[in-house]
Amino acid sequence: MTMQSSSETIYRHTRIVRIAHWINALCFLLLLMSGLQIFNAHPRLYWGQFGADHDTPWLAISGGVPWQFTLPGMRDLGTGRNWHFFFAWALVLNGVVYLAFNIFNRHFQRDILPKTDELKPAHLWEEVVHHAKFKRITGAAAKNYNTLQKLAYVAVIFVLFPLIILTGLTMSPGFNAIAPILLDIFGGRQSARSLHFIAANLLVAFLVIHLIEVVVAGAWNEIRSMITGKFVVPQSATVAEDAP
Amino acid sequence: MKEFLTRRKLLTSGAITIGGLALSGCDPLSRSPEFRSFLRSGEKLTMGAQRALMVGQPLAREFSERDISPIFKANGTKDPNTAAYKALVDAGFSNWSLRIDGLVDNPQSYSLLDLRALPARTQITRHDCVEGWSAIGKWKGVQLGPLLQTASLKPNARFAVMHCADNYGGGADMYYESIDLVDGFHPQTILAYELNGHPLDVSHGAPLRLRVERQLGYKQAKYLMRIEIVERLDGFGRGKGGYWEDRGYEWYAGI
Repeated sequence: MTMQSSSETIYRHTRIVRIAHWINALCFLLLLMSGLQIFNAHPRLYWGQFGADHDTPWLAISGGVPWQFTLPGMRDLGTGRNWHFFFAWALVLNGVVYLAFNIFNRHFQRDILPKTDELKPAHLWEEVVHHAKFKRITGAAAKNYNTLQKLAYVAVIFVLFPLIILTGLTMSPGFNAIAPILLDIFGGRQSARSLHFIAANLLVAFLVIHLIEVVVAGAWNEIRSMITGKFVVPQSATVAEDAP
Repeated sequence: MKEFLTRRKLLTSGAITIGGLALSGCDPLSRSPEFRSFLRSGEKLTMGAQRALMVGQPLAREFSERDISPIFKANGTKDPNTAAYKALVDAGFSNWSLRIDGLVDNPQSYSLLDLRALPARTQITRHDCVEGWSAIGKWKGVQLGPLLQTASLKPNARFAVMHCADNYGGGADMYYESIDLVDGFHPQTILAYELNGHPLDVSHGAPLRLRVERQLGYKQAKYLMRIEIVERLDGFGRGKGGYWEDRGYEWYAGI
């Protein structure tokens, strides 16, 4: 079985997408871990403008999350903040470059925004069923993102990342003076802190599903396509690579 | 196929190794002074960006009476507990005074009564601890800007250093803080002597504390004794401009 010879290779990801993807992955991981360090300084979340020890939290994690998940790996809020704000800038600047290029070259419009007929309930249901079976998409269909995938990317790029950046800024007393409207949009600084935490959790949920889908779709092929850009289109009938 | 699998395995384990090394490498990196100062370049970017966007020196949000926290959490030093401070408390702060000196033409000294006789500003603002919690309280005090004007700053004046009566945690270092003149002359930067309609109690910084409303809680120095106007911050504490700044926190605490 020579899989390579019978299959078609396409150029899937542009250089700007590949570089932005890995910078974003690094930033997200470091922001998540330093964010948990910051969370652990006061592991209680509230709704509203204020919230402290004497107020009622909607979530309290006694002792915080385990220090294995934080950056640095022990209680060190000052250093955690240094990591967090440096990589917040990196994430935002990387995101701006990524957005600018991919709106300008119409990658978003062409490949990521779902087409009207893709959003029909019957079609969506068909994809849900297909995903639920963890079946690899093959042939011509694998050359494009499927609709659920597109919707997930749209949600991450246009909802969750903007939400986590804006709620982060809403926690800044300096930025509150610059744009007090954010306090009204998110319902106060402590609400913004809660939403920041929720958005981070949803991004982790996305990451978990993303990694599962990478494995379902073919881990090596997918990872390589995000490094070199080349993607081998999976063939439908004989996938012998799992044979001993 | 065999070769392919081997290569894939190699690459996968390689990626995991690199990832693991990268993460376990973060803590040694955190301890390297060079890397710390590289990470802290983000602070300059943040301060530069926020200052550039603070066109016309906008105010921090002011809230209404009904937004006030039922209990305003006291944090940091809750009682300086020194003999000198106890003597001030026992005398009802009648023998306390605030000096404003350093790079000024007319050094000043104010008793609590002097300050209370000056025009006051009352503001209901949110206090944000670096730890993440917030409390809203009503502060009353004297704007710092006019006091600095009265003292008449010399041309090379750049920072106001707040000297405090407390040594946090009972250590050798006295608490201190510093702000630049942008915040020094901001209308909401006040020296507060009242919280929620009552004279400041000991846990909240009696008799006088700084409110610099567009920054975090550790800038809101309590137990003020002296405001020294300076050109540079490297002569105080460990040279970073404040007690917590000397311990790894940003000098610009607007975020």
